[in-house]
Amino acid sequence: MSNGKPQSHGKGEVETTGHSWDGIEELNNPLPKWWLYTFYLCILFAFGYTVLYPAWPLIHGATPGLLGYSTRGAEAAEMKAWQTELAPLQQKLVATDIAAVKDDPTLLQYANSSGAAVFRTYCVQCHGAGAAGNPNGGYPNLLDDDWLHGGTVQAIYTTILHGVRDPHDPDTRPAPDMPAWGQTLQKADIANVVQFVLKISGQTFDATQADAGAKVFADNCAACHGEQGKGNQDMGAPNLTDAIWLYGDGSQAVITQTVEYGRAGVMPSWTGRLSDADMRSVSIYVHGLGGGK
Amino acid sequence: MAFLDKHKKLETNATLLLIFAFLVVTIGGLVEIVPLFYLNNTIEKVAGVRPYTPLELTGRMIYMREGCFYCHSQMIRPMRDEVERYGHYSLAAESMYDHPFQWGSERQGPDLARVGGRYSDHWHVDHLINPQSVVPESIMPKFGFLMNTMIDGQYVADLMRTNAEVGVPYTADDLANAKADFAAQADPNADSTGLLKRYGDKVNVRNFDGKPGVSEMDALVAYLQVLGTMVDFSTFTPDASR
Repeated sequence: MSNGKPQSHGKGEVETTGHSWDGIEELNNPLPKWWLYTFYLCILFAFGYTVLYPAWPLIHGATPGLLGYSTRGAEAAEMKAWQTELAPLQQKLVATDIAAVKDDPTLLQYANSSGAAVFRTYCVQCHGAGAAGNPNGGYPNLLDDDWLHGGTVQAIYTTILHGVRDPHDPDTRPAPDMPAWGQTLQKADIANVVQFVLKISGQTFDATQADAGAKVFADNCAACHGEQGKGNQDMGAPNLTDAIWLYGDGSQAVITQTVEYGRAGVMPSWTGRLSDADMRSVSIYVHGLGGGK
Repeated sequence: MAFLDKHKKLETNATLLLIFAFLVVTIGGLVEIVPLFYLNNTIEKVAGVRPYTPLELTGRMIYMREGCFYCHSQMIRPMRDEVERYGHYSLAAESMYDHPFQWGSERQGPDLARVGGRYSDHWHVDHLINPQSVVPESIMPKFGFLMNTMIDGQYVADLMRTNAEVGVPYTADDLANAKADFAAQADPNADSTGLLKRYGDKVNVRNFDGKPGVSEMDALVAYLQVLGTMVDFSTFTPDASR
């Protein structure tokens, strides 16, 4: 135990703190001066910091600090700085008729670069990094000139503004769900109409079944897909006569699955999530990918 | 420094040391923790934030069970790069009914604080079953088994009661109808008037996984689709000084 008495270690030697435990003594070496003063400076710095920045909690709020800094304020200031810088271009973009943007090289260049950035952030998850879509999930290819809801830049803009079948957007693309015909049609009718679709899309088909399927198609499918099966962009009904398939590879198995279980792809509405300038930019970017009309 | 010399008394008396150490820690705690309960900027009230519906709350449990938070944060920081990518920065109020909150600090995957409404239900199902089918470079594991486990909300009222215990304002009405609301949200043909009355018109009522019955997938997608959608930022502007 400590005996409490400071013991000298001889003249010129270091004092002990008086703590001696089982003969082990604690020497009272002073801290190096540079260390000690750095330590005091740090304490001073900390006080200065609490004066300059928000720190001490009071009754209703913390002291705001002389610099008036806040993370939210800093974010708002940075966003504003960029918006101010881009404002002339963005305001011009919003004010210009979207179809006329292509006639203004500066505007077109801005729209293409900013649209590409928006696309890479928000669109690639479904439409793919190269905008080639994903037939495994029915995510449309944006590179070809086959459009479900119109391929003019105005039509693309409308689709981005309001989405497709977005349950929360009243102005969303009016696309009726494709029903699950497995619940209403006979198995044989489905097999026949699938053969008919194989026929009009230029694939190998069974002639007898396809002839029977023609009537099934006219009675049930033509309302949306058109009598010729060429689709209807007002309803988002795909053209069935080309070799471009929204779902899978257009094989008999996939078409049968589509007819039996139905399809209803959803694209979210981007209003509110993206600014108008961003939505216009990405429309122009997508329109310029190759398939725009 | 006669005062400092007295600390020998503390150091040689265990009980006294315990009492004074407790006092010091208490003062530190009071100064650091108590203001959080009354300062205006830590208890900001924001319109639109509501308790989770029974189905969403179940989805949240699945989210935690599967350890989604190991890789996904739910906290958009007030920085331009995050706001540009994920949307408006998160508000404290948006996780006021999260017990525990899922802010996280790991971002192997993207932040999910505002993932709600950003993708279709179909995309979420495709992505959970096989993430690489839609995002080829993804390192996320597959969660297709969620489709196979059907759930009936048998214990969801207990779960809500536990949340109510720690401050989520579920009413007796909410608890009594927990199981009915649970089933109604995942069935577009069911009567969802009660559910919408209790939790608001913005509640997503859909067959989230596109298959009959309520699976764990339905619950998880219902939860993901509500994340970050409760506050309407077209009408709410946060106080920048906070």
